[in-house]
Amino acid sequence: MLDLSRYQSVGAALQDALDAFAEELCLIEADREREKERLTYKDFKERALPLARALQDSGFSAGERASIIMTNQSKWLISAYAVFFCGGVLVPIDYKLTPDEQWQLLKHSEAKVLITEYPIWRQLSEAAGRIEAIELRTLLVTEVPANVELSGALRWEEFRGAGEPDFVSRERKDTACIVYSSGTGGRPKGCMMTQENYLEQCVALTSLYPFWPGVRYLSILPTNHAIDFMVGFFGPFICGACVVHLRTLRPEFVREAFPKYKITYVSLVPLVLKNLQKGLQARFDALPSSKRKVFNALVTINKSLTKGRPRLGLSRRLLKQVHAAFGGELRAIIVGGAFTEPQTLQFFYDLGIPVANGYGLTEAGTAITVNNLKPFRADTVGKPLPGMEVKIVDPDAEGIGEVTVRSKTVMAGYLHDEDLTREVIVNGWLKTGDLGRFDSNGHLQLFGRKKNMIVTEEGKNIYPEDIETVFESLPVKEFCVFAANYIWPQRSMVGEQLVLAIHLEEGQSFADELRTEISARNSRLLNYKRIHGVIVMNEEFPRTASLKIKRNVLAERLARLDRAAAVLPL
Amino acid sequence: MRNLEQTTQEVLELATSHFHVATGSLAPGDDFFKKLGIDSLQALELLSRLENHFGIELPDYEVQGVSDFKTLAERIQSRL
Repeated sequence: MLDLSRYQSVGAALQDALDAFAEELCLIEADREREKERLTYKDFKERALPLARALQDSGFSAGERASIIMTNQSKWLISAYAVFFCGGVLVPIDYKLTPDEQWQLLKHSEAKVLITEYPIWRQLSEAAGRIEAIELRTLLVTEVPANVELSGALRWEEFRGAGEPDFVSRERKDTACIVYSSGTGGRPKGCMMTQENYLEQCVALTSLYPFWPGVRYLSILPTNHAIDFMVGFFGPFICGACVVHLRTLRPEFVREAFPKYKITYVSLVPLVLKNLQKGLQARFDALPSSKRKVFNALVTINKSLTKGRPRLGLSRRLLKQVHAAFGGELRAIIVGGAFTEPQTLQFFYDLGIPVANGYGLTEAGTAITVNNLKPFRADTVGKPLPGMEVKIVDPDAEGIGEVTVRSKTVMAGYLHDEDLTREVIVNGWLKTGDLGRFDSNGHLQLFGRKKNMIVTEEGKNIYPEDIETVFESLPVKEFCVFAANYIWPQRSMVGEQLVLAIHLEEGQSFADELRTEISARNSRLLNYKRIHGVIVMNEEFPRTASLKIKRNVLAERLARLDRAAAVLPL
Repeated sequence: MRNLEQTTQEVLELATSHFHVATGSLAPGDDFFKKLGIDSLQALELLSRLENHFGIELPDYEVQGVSDFKTLAERIQSRL
């Protein structure tokens, strides 16, 4: 691993890594059963530098922003490196957002360059929101079929400059990336992550979960997500490890990839981990009774032998078939993006497959705490990473209060939003809006949220304000979307749902017609952003002098209602 | 070759049998996430079943953002 304390920027560290590990395998890209690419670090460099040269020739300069909207693939990482090489600021945008949402974030970020894939470009170019992103100068599209006219956009594969590009150095305090943690419908939250944020987070994470040449990381979480950017790009690269990309996320091909590519680490969201658990459990249940008894006995032995710490070699021998299905080289499954239920974590640990669960948020630079597995604790989200100061503010009688964080990994602030930055970073401490407490061993336990938002099992942060636009001009007097747990606090971070509070016009009733209208609008939202029920209010919503709804006051009023009776299903 | 109506009907029949719901309970305009109560991974499983049935390859991006049977059938039809 490179000594990151010597570096000022992500680009400089990556530049040295490409030379230090020139002959090591860097990337594998597969589409279903077909392997499409296998690149060494030397190959990677040879692909990236002509792109960097062409970007510089097109006028792209230090501090300017370049966005990537792509599925996980080699060209994502090659493009990102070229941007860093030029001293640019990377704006990774979620490829799963709608085209209008993507245009909105492109506009907000003031990106000058957009690099995307043909299917995404096709949808972007047809979207009404296109007109908004006027700052774009260069638009590069990968994998465009022959004979397709791109109307102003350029083919990524042909965008190559001749001659050596000039490496542009950056300082630790400079912005490396703008990562949108949410805000597609309302107030965009563009986290300005500095070079130092990434350098420090990488040191902290690799101290617990190291990479080295020969390690293979299966990249499934979107690379625009802070976790995959760190453990599926920067972390492995500065250690000379290999990243494996799959162009499809069909469960059957993901399962095949583990033994085929001898995967060492993978990051998953809880939804996928639970799906894996379900599949394995079904296979165990289908075993003939005699075999199942033997299997259960082996699991019991494994549990007792790994009580204090994981013992991979032993577990692999004891539960050979299970580990063979994962390729026999898997060292840990990293799970993040949302809270994972303890029984799922325990299920895998009992099989001798450690699950590195943790807790973090983009604003804090990915992870704040991670389970160090010494011993494994399914009921907590682990201990703070090295360099993280974590404090519980205003604890109640049970010690539960808001989790706050101070670290070199905390973002510089939100782009174009100093007010919001001041709200969440107070005297250098980041207020997470999550509720937790430390147990006697220093492990953090989480107990719900203080903030009005939900996180889905797919790791998506949804803020009610972001989806309210879809209900604009709804034929009611007024409406407001809430996270149900914000109104009725629960000591849980799973199964969170959004609800729509409506105040009807005088004499109006919640008739079928209105219910159908709400359902129709709801279905315009991506499935994970949808509301689950409606609360009908018979009083005016409290408002500020500028007529904005006082959400906290309204939530307090709604809290007096019985949740089960008040939330009408759609 | 199948027309869109036939393709849509076959998509509905396959979804009905895959998720064990009552025959005739699914309609082309239905939102399959809501109607079947499934998550994105289960939707991907359905796609694999549909690919095998129709003998086509449907890249993940083709169904990005699609949530109703009718649009899904249209995407399949364009690849038949």
